[in-house]
Amino acid sequence: MTVNFAILIPFLAAAIIPFLDKRLGRVHIGWFALLIPLGLFIYLASFIPNIAAGETIIHTLEWIPSYDIHFTAYVDGLSLILGLLITGVGALVSLYSIYYLSPEESLKHFYLYLLLFMGAMLGVVFSDNIMVLYVFWELTSISSFLLIAFWYHRKRSREGAQKSLLITISGGFAMLVGFIMLYAMTGSFSIREIISVISEHTDHPLFLPAMLLILLGAFTKSAQFPFHIWLPDAMEAPTPVSAYLHSATMVKAGIYLVARFTPVFGGEALWFWLVTGVGLFTLFWAAFHAVKQVDLKAMLAYSTVSQLGMIMAMFGIGSAALHFGYSTESVVYTQATFAALFHLVNHSTFKGALFMVIGIVDHEVGTRDVRRLGGLVSFMPITFTIAMIGSFSMAGLPPFNGFLSKEMFFTAALNISELSIYSLDTWGAVIPVVAWVASVFTFLYSMMIVFKTFFGPYQEEKLERPAHEPPKGMLIAPVMLGLTVVGLFFFPNLLGDNLLRPAMAGIFPSFPEAELGVEIYAWHGFNTELFMTFGIVVVGLLLYVTLKYWRGVYVLFPERWSFNALYSYALHQMEIRSRTATKSYMTGVLRDYLVYIYFFFILLIGGALVYTGAINFSITENAPITPYEWIIAGVMFIAAISILFAKSRLTAILLNGVLGYSIAVFFVLFRAPDLALTQVVIETVTTVLFLVSYHFLPEWEREHDRKRRKGLHLLISAAVGTIFATIALAVHNGKLFESISHFYENSYELAGGRNIVNSILGDFRALDTMLEVVVLLIAGVGVYTFIKLKLGKGDQRLEDQ
Amino acid sequence: MKINDVILHAVTKIVVFIIFTMAVYLFLSGHHNPGGGFVGGLVLASAFVLLFLAFDMETVRHAIPFDFKYVAALGAFIAVASGVGSVFFDAPILSMTHGYFVLPIFGETELATVTLFELGVALAVVGVVVTIILSIGEDI
Repeated sequence: MTVNFAILIPFLAAAIIPFLDKRLGRVHIGWFALLIPLGLFIYLASFIPNIAAGETIIHTLEWIPSYDIHFTAYVDGLSLILGLLITGVGALVSLYSIYYLSPEESLKHFYLYLLLFMGAMLGVVFSDNIMVLYVFWELTSISSFLLIAFWYHRKRSREGAQKSLLITISGGFAMLVGFIMLYAMTGSFSIREIISVISEHTDHPLFLPAMLLILLGAFTKSAQFPFHIWLPDAMEAPTPVSAYLHSATMVKAGIYLVARFTPVFGGEALWFWLVTGVGLFTLFWAAFHAVKQVDLKAMLAYSTVSQLGMIMAMFGIGSAALHFGYSTESVVYTQATFAALFHLVNHSTFKGALFMVIGIVDHEVGTRDVRRLGGLVSFMPITFTIAMIGSFSMAGLPPFNGFLSKEMFFTAALNISELSIYSLDTWGAVIPVVAWVASVFTFLYSMMIVFKTFFGPYQEEKLERPAHEPPKGMLIAPVMLGLTVVGLFFFPNLLGDNLLRPAMAGIFPSFPEAELGVEIYAWHGFNTELFMTFGIVVVGLLLYVTLKYWRGVYVLFPERWSFNALYSYALHQMEIRSRTATKSYMTGVLRDYLVYIYFFFILLIGGALVYTGAINFSITENAPITPYEWIIAGVMFIAAISILFAKSRLTAILLNGVLGYSIAVFFVLFRAPDLALTQVVIETVTTVLFLVSYHFLPEWEREHDRKRRKGLHLLISAAVGTIFATIALAVHNGKLFESISHFYENSYELAGGRNIVNSILGDFRALDTMLEVVVLLIAGVGVYTFIKLKLGKGDQRLEDQ
Repeated sequence: MKINDVILHAVTKIVVFIIFTMAVYLFLSGHHNPGGGFVGGLVLASAFVLLFLAFDMETVRHAIPFDFKYVAALGAFIAVASGVGSVFFDAPILSMTHGYFVLPIFGETELATVTLFELGVALAVVGVVVTIILSIGEDI
């Protein structure tokens, strides 16, 4: 088994789920889904010794060799960290969801989407080929869309899903353009090869655009300011999904991308300032706004955005080390990247636990509104303990892992502010200040999550159900995450030595691995970082107590001027404008559409004929026309003219059939039995189709158009006929390139078939045929849904509940 | 008004089997001679269409109890799967192979994986064509 197949396994399992769901009967389908991430986690964990020893693992499957696109799975420290998070948190979320979702929900859809996401996400982190990475990247967006809209009967779910899809897919598209630019510069789709040759191309005019476009992809995916607006709306998804996709894994894809491309673009001032600046501002802005939320899940959503910004900023700060190249002094700046990787893991653990706890509260008492909650500590002691561990870790307090990474963040911010490159000597001081202020707000909302929910007065009359502990199975997953949070505080170097250090080697390839990475200590003595933490606690507590006096600050930002309003306005305007534009030419009259099509045809093809001077042709070399051909042509001519004067639609249909069958006879005369056969059958089926839909067609009546309009139609049809005939005659004339038909002559040796036509269809150009089959299926499904699912008279739209 | 199409019924009952046989022949002969999955599928579809025209839909649906939507989906799946399947034999996607085998009744026969692919094409064509005609026809 190779890693490539590990990526494909979730997809295969997703394909089985719908069939398994019926067989399992009363057993929850989640138990089957749980096996997949669990097995993959164990499999991926078996790589840890190799990775810790500094090895990397590559498996390649050829996909489209002629375009240099291979399905290459590349396992190094960075991808393994993400891979373990995806499968590990995935297993816990699957377990949790078994208790969270009742069997009445459409479980097969839920687990199908979840496994689809898991496979796509594994594909993103393990792909070395950027084209393959892009495909998986968009797949994660699509599965996220499906999961957010899981309760699709709710309007808000659908809107949230649409918003996330629009924003992340646009970013992904920009990223694709960036990837193509990278290919244009370096001539390679492989990330490893790009990293090794990029230093020769940094002056290329496409270098900066490629960087900006790829960053756009990363920022939209990781919900960085101002694209963060989709994440709070994505919280309409079921809580296990929020815990998994929108905090622990998918939103880390953008961060992964930044880390992966740090060796490519890092060392540039623009990269440093964009990643650090956007990250820091997101950290502050989202932490500030998290405080005003009253929905616990919205609070967590903003806090996720803020923490993602913090990780992003650390990767930005760490990239400065690449500016200097390797030296004993510059190694110190790589510590920021190390802290970023560490916090990436920590955030997944404590935020996953917090989401699950909020889900439990919501599930048991029926509300997430902090104004209605309170005093739950005596009813839900275990839930409270996990909430406390998660929140205190997020706030950066010991003895939890968040304390360690937050201290390292401060160290990095203080170090970088003393540098003299990138005009840091003037602006550098801003970095630790913003970091500190944002951390105060982080502390504040972390405390609000714990104290507003679990302490204070218990108001049972405001809850939908009386509070009590959830079933034991529901607690397993958050308890395990909580234990990890504490465990990582006491044994951080286990993670640091085995995974983070190898990951650093991938991000800083020019640095010797032994110099990278740091020993993590909980106690550094009384230094600036520790005093910063003391300051956070003191100021944070002050703000918490005085919250009701300064809450008015938030009114200063009117809803009308937010990015959300901008997004809604743009979407609304787009709908209105495109409706007006479409209505202006979509008259509903078939004749008008034909006029558009043929007018364009005349303009484009006729214009091209005249422009290129391809009209001249000679018919002297053509084969003589036999009497049979004259007869058939005469029949077709008469039939075509007669259609114009037909009295009933039935006559017209039959005359049209005469045209079609005559063409089949022509094929026979020209010794093309394949085509003749196909033409005959197609003509038959088409005629039947005509007859079937006969009932729906309007009355056949003469058109009473004005003379001028009729003249225009005559002109258009005459022009189209002339152009077609001219092309048919002229096409023999110019041989612009050598014929490729000799390639197909030895089809028997190449494809084992003597029928050239079918060898082309089934072998030489099989990709076309395969996709045509899929297109045909989609067309069939389209016709079926249009007809079967349309609203009958008096039916109502059952959209919103 | 109930029309009694005795002649049409009687002829259809026989002709349909001839068309079916023709379709299978066309499908199998496509490797070396005129025919192939697309034409085979179309001929098969026209046989079904003839049945639907001669008898009413309920009767035919009772006699042929499968859903043509699933036939179309199965066809597309087979076509894609036979293409992707080659990856598992360490060959690029859509690689086709063939070999000569001695079978009990047929003697030496050429078996080609492209037949699987063509089977997918044929089923997709049958499924889609019949689905479209049926859904429009039933909508009256």
